[in-house]
Amino acid sequence: MKYLAFAAGVLSASAVVAETPELTVYTYDSFVSDWGPGPAVEAAFEEVCGCDLKFVGAGDGAALLARIRLEGARSEADVVLGLDTNLTAAAAETGLFAPHSVSAEYDLPIDWTDDTFVPFDWGYFAFVHNADLAAPANFKSLGESDLSIVIQDPRSSTPGLGLLMWVKAAYGDEAPAIWEGLADNVVTVTKGWSEAYGLFLEGEADMVLSYTTSPAYHLIAEEDASKTAAAFEEGHYMQIEVAGKLASTDQPELADQFLQFMVSDAFQSIIPTTNWMYPAVTPESGLPEGFETLITPETALLVPAAEAPALREEALAEWLGALSQ
Amino acid sequence: MAGRAQPVSPGAGLVAAALVAAIILGAVAAVFWRADTGAGLGPADWAAIRFTVFQAILSATFSVLLAIPVARAFARRRFQGRGVLVTILGAPFILPVIVAVFGLLAVFGRNGWLSIVLGWVGLPPVQIYGLHGVVLAHVFFNLPLATRLILQGWGDVPAEQFRLAAQLGFSASHTRRVIEWPMLARTVPGVWAVIFAICITSFAVALTLGGGPRATTVELAIYQAFWLEFDLGRAALLSVIQIILAGVAAAIALKLTPFEGLGAGLDRTVMRWDASALSLRFWDAGLIALAALFLLLPMAAIVLSGFGALADLPAQVWRAAGVSIIVALASTAILLALAVPLSWSIAQAKGAGMEIAGILGLAASPLVIGTGFFVILNPFVNPQDLALVVTALVNALMALPFALRILVPGAREVARGHGRLAVSLDMSGWPYLRHIFLPRMRARIGFAAGLTAALSMGDLGVVVLFADPQLATLPLQMYRLMAAYQMEAAAGAGLLLLSLSLFLFWAFDAGGRRGAAA
Repeated sequence: MKYLAFAAGVLSASAVVAETPELTVYTYDSFVSDWGPGPAVEAAFEEVCGCDLKFVGAGDGAALLARIRLEGARSEADVVLGLDTNLTAAAAETGLFAPHSVSAEYDLPIDWTDDTFVPFDWGYFAFVHNADLAAPANFKSLGESDLSIVIQDPRSSTPGLGLLMWVKAAYGDEAPAIWEGLADNVVTVTKGWSEAYGLFLEGEADMVLSYTTSPAYHLIAEEDASKTAAAFEEGHYMQIEVAGKLASTDQPELADQFLQFMVSDAFQSIIPTTNWMYPAVTPESGLPEGFETLITPETALLVPAAEAPALREEALAEWLGALSQ
Repeated sequence: MAGRAQPVSPGAGLVAAALVAAIILGAVAAVFWRADTGAGLGPADWAAIRFTVFQAILSATFSVLLAIPVARAFARRRFQGRGVLVTILGAPFILPVIVAVFGLLAVFGRNGWLSIVLGWVGLPPVQIYGLHGVVLAHVFFNLPLATRLILQGWGDVPAEQFRLAAQLGFSASHTRRVIEWPMLARTVPGVWAVIFAICITSFAVALTLGGGPRATTVELAIYQAFWLEFDLGRAALLSVIQIILAGVAAAIALKLTPFEGLGAGLDRTVMRWDASALSLRFWDAGLIALAALFLLLPMAAIVLSGFGALADLPAQVWRAAGVSIIVALASTAILLALAVPLSWSIAQAKGAGMEIAGILGLAASPLVIGTGFFVILNPFVNPQDLALVVTALVNALMALPFALRILVPGAREVARGHGRLAVSLDMSGWPYLRHIFLPRMRARIGFAAGLTAALSMGDLGVVVLFADPQLATLPLQMYRLMAAYQMEAAAGAGLLLLSLSLFLFWAFDAGGRRGAAA
């Protein structure tokens, strides 16, 4: 009898839980980690939604999309958060995503018109270096200099892919020549951002491909003003990170509510000092102190999402050709 | 031994081998089944295959060639702290890839200790990035394992043979020709094949130390197919090529391995009268010192960089350490359930099939295996709920080839030395295993279990795609710290990982040797 009573208790307890709707959000691993925005976002949204927000981490942005593709329409996910504009065309093509209903005044350097994906943060790729280094002002003088750089492989890393698109967007058909110039500056190529940034901090190279916002981490979290990003005359390539609602969701209203919440102050004010990116909508309180010290590129480069896949293939072949010699 | 009566039937091992093959090949097949784009290999893939094979041949060959004199030095010498040194020198093998890379670069990098010392005398920094860097890193990883396995080969030579050699007045070179060469011929091909297999799936180490896309391996091509292009067919096809490469290497190695026994002895402690010359002592001491320097300096760098952060590691790291220990112990249990019956069956059979099945887990791409498990599990359960179970299972399969290299030679000796007597005494089944087989295998089982536990601690696992966020393992938590810019805390977590791996290794290894049948 005791077992029956126990079982009944468990059943009624889960019945209570079931009354609270659950929203499942797939995101990249570092978003949901204890040091990312995940825990604070979860607390803030659960305060207003009367729901249980469940973050599920899966590798990085591209791995996230791969997982959604593997799961197809059977996915438990209601929202996917953490794709970027290199991936949105492929993501939309799967037909797994539904249009959103979000309206917001974005503080992006470009107009945002996508009706499937909602941006939540963005940043510029940049070469980060120690402040005492005389940094070059463009790719050509970087290629001519003796400076050493660490970059990430575009075949396995989002920033690596960003650099590929950066050079291609800035130089078009001249891109192979730029890469040939850079070839002897590249100390090594790493699998992901963490390895490259770690190598830079260990002194293995003068500069590392990262974001213009990276120095903000050192300044704000470590009170270390010794890192800065090099401003390039060609302009800087952007990464815009987005979220989208899955067509197969069983919580469409809650998913819409989450996407709308995502562009509100409560979510956006968490982003700068956890994800170390610019919020898509600057919160009323403004950016944290320290962000004003960052370089602000005059030209924002971005290949339109629809053109990205074809251009990527061409740029990758050029990159391999120049660096494999 | 085929056809000769043995006290325990090889059935259990056959089941284990079939199970391993089914799991690995099933996972790859699942990825093929799920693929919808046409699979085909381009010129870049063939270049990756060529580079992969080339670096793996170099890495395995150098690891083994360097391991032979080091192992001989250890075999010939007894000194204070020898046991501890042998254990610690094993550490690079069980290090997580990223920790080892940072340790190596702290010594051999452009800003490493070696470059700094060279700078004092006006020399330029070390140029570590390139093919030689890839080989250096792979030797760093695998020299310890090769040394340990070959050292075990020396240990298998009955002490009586060295006594007899001494009575006959053998010099060191006589001993080498008559006793040591035949032992090496039996041991080395298998060790080479296992290291070749592990180097086949190298990716991050090869890319980082290789200095760029020149060092593109098959595993990176798989990553590209999956990550960048979502071409599952190509990813699976490339993984089949990895399996074939490792399988062919294993088959060749087994073909080259002579099967005649060393002869039985009474398991006495070995005294080496042939190696007492002063010059040989200096030679051996020098070799041991060089190997220790090469292997311990990068580890010293890991300890130094992580030590400061160890005291205030975030609570999540300690929790992750607990998760990792549980996964490691589960892996070890799975491994023993597979490897012990397998070793017994391989010892009796002459065919290479079972041993090649054992190498599958190491040869197949972790990414493809993880994806395969995902595809198989997804229709029935949330793969995330089984993330740790899958991690434990796959880590056990990856350790299996190493465990077999440890266990099989011992199992052969037991079968040869005691099998017939046991049959004539009508002793079979469990009594035989308990009184004859297991006591003689105890030290090896401890070594294999320790290696598996430590390897499993350090492995990021195949489940990055569907890792459980609440139950992260220690390597995953370390990556998260790095992704959050917290490189110092990550170094602390890396040191914790190294310490725990080493402790688990030591606990099983020493536990196995204690009270092992002498």
